[in-house]
Amino acid sequence: MHTALLAADPLLDTDDWWWQVLAIVAGKVLAIFVIGLVGTMFMVWFERKIVSGMQNRVGPNKAGPFGLLQTLADGTKLFFKEDLLPDKADKWVFRLSPFLAFVPAFLLWSVIPLGGDFTNGNDGTVEMFGYETRVQLVDLPIGILLVLALSSIGVYGIMLAGWASGSKYPLLGSVRASAQMISYEAALGLSLAAVLLMSGTLSTAGIVQGQDGFLNWNVVATGFIPFVVFLIAMTAELNRPPFDLVEAEQELVGGFNTEYSSIRFALFFLAEFMNVITMSAIMVTLFFGGPQPLKLGDLQLGGIVEDGNIFAWAGPLSGTIWVVLKTLAFLYAYVWFRATLPRLRYDQLMDFGWKLLIPIALGWFLVLAALEMVRDRYDGWEPLAVTVVISLVVLGIAYGLFSLALGVARRTREKEGAAY
Amino acid sequence: MELIVFVIASAMVLAGALGVVLRSNPVHAALSLVLTLFGIAVHFVALGAHFLAAVQVIVYAGAIVVLFLFVLMLLGIDKSEDLSIEPFPIQRPLAIVIGAGLAGLVIAAAVRARDALPEGTPLESGGDSNIKQLAQNLFSDYVFAFEFTSVLLIVAVAGTVMLTRKEKKGGES
Repeated sequence: MHTALLAADPLLDTDDWWWQVLAIVAGKVLAIFVIGLVGTMFMVWFERKIVSGMQNRVGPNKAGPFGLLQTLADGTKLFFKEDLLPDKADKWVFRLSPFLAFVPAFLLWSVIPLGGDFTNGNDGTVEMFGYETRVQLVDLPIGILLVLALSSIGVYGIMLAGWASGSKYPLLGSVRASAQMISYEAALGLSLAAVLLMSGTLSTAGIVQGQDGFLNWNVVATGFIPFVVFLIAMTAELNRPPFDLVEAEQELVGGFNTEYSSIRFALFFLAEFMNVITMSAIMVTLFFGGPQPLKLGDLQLGGIVEDGNIFAWAGPLSGTIWVVLKTLAFLYAYVWFRATLPRLRYDQLMDFGWKLLIPIALGWFLVLAALEMVRDRYDGWEPLAVTVVISLVVLGIAYGLFSLALGVARRTREKEGAAY
Repeated sequence: MELIVFVIASAMVLAGALGVVLRSNPVHAALSLVLTLFGIAVHFVALGAHFLAAVQVIVYAGAIVVLFLFVLMLLGIDKSEDLSIEPFPIQRPLAIVIGAGLAGLVIAAAVRARDALPEGTPLESGGDSNIKQLAQNLFSDYVFAFEFTSVLLIVAVAGTVMLTRKEKKGGES
């Protein structure tokens, strides 16, 4: 039983169940909770500040230094507003759905490696009060599948919120949301499969451990394409612009959360922004080596820089610094998307997902699988080169056939007089 | 601890299953189904089958029930069903007979299988052993069954597309 339920952390392997073990676990849970909430608070501020900068505005600047406490003020305001329950709402589901959106967003934090020492082939465990543990809540053997599972639970929150509101626009928003999220989940899973193929494990700590050195980072090792597909599919999963048809305010008033007010609305809002942070962190874990440092050769600078890790002076915290920095880069990219890209039309969205992302992800996965086969069988470069050529030829033929099929489909559609 | 997990998960499964049958609102019934699926996933985790648990949640709860709900919303049949009119009279007695038969089969199978494993069979646990064993089974021993299943699915999808495709030959739009 212990092995089945609790094989998640070297900390829990000890037989002496001592209060210290419990205290460390409780401390980690608390830390994740606090980091999650505070991080979300600053994410909202960060986004508003950057968007305002890009639009030549000042942005929030009244509450606290640089307007840092603006989100806190907004949250407090939301908390004390009246909680409305529409007449036509399905009361039970209406109350349930904010939590369905919010709980998965929080649970996602549990599998993200937030730090630890992965340099020079270490397995990322650190000493905490004399016990060996990881800087992540659990390291499940199925870690990354939990991410997929939770993001598919997150669909329920949005979908049921729209349905339970008993009103037209929220329903339209939620129908859009569910179709979009299911469609892009396929592309997400396929690009993830490429990473898993290279890593050979599902555990997040294992995936990070495999990415030792820049050339082993999955963004390089899987050949960049899966990363691009993953980034786009993830943006669609998060309902972030340019994929925010779910809450297109020009068309749907406010989308799925139109009827929500007070703390229930705040929960949706919180879940949305927290998901942006967790998903960025997951992208960092999967493709950018998580807490692995970006090494500058073998640079040594007397205790401050070691083995090219410029944050070596921070000791065991250097992994955490790397995670935070890399995640911030992605957060900035998401805000950048929002500030610059116009929203997709619904048919463009579906075409893009099904006809472009999924075939590319699948094709790239097949090429990678073929390369792995060859790498396992032979130890030379020549068979590898042959496989590359064969793969590219197959890819070319497949692409040709595919675009031919698309062309035929388009012509048929035009002949039949399609609606759009 | 084993017992506590088992009791809670079983309660989830049973409550969900009863909800699916007894709730008259289709969306509530679908949500009860999700509860059942989660309960089963918890059972899987308690048995050490982490991968099955994840797949259970991703595929059944994350995709199939979402599709149910999607269709319910799209068709707008989210009103409670009037059960007094019976379009297909033999349906209910038949359902009772088949349900009882199925329950009997499952119970018989469970009783027979109880002694199939010697007591205290160690579970393969830790790491990816779970996934590796599954992959070994799927892609070597049962590869034909696996491939035929996928062909079946493709045929079903292609068939659906063919059946629902409207040939538009001028005139009506």
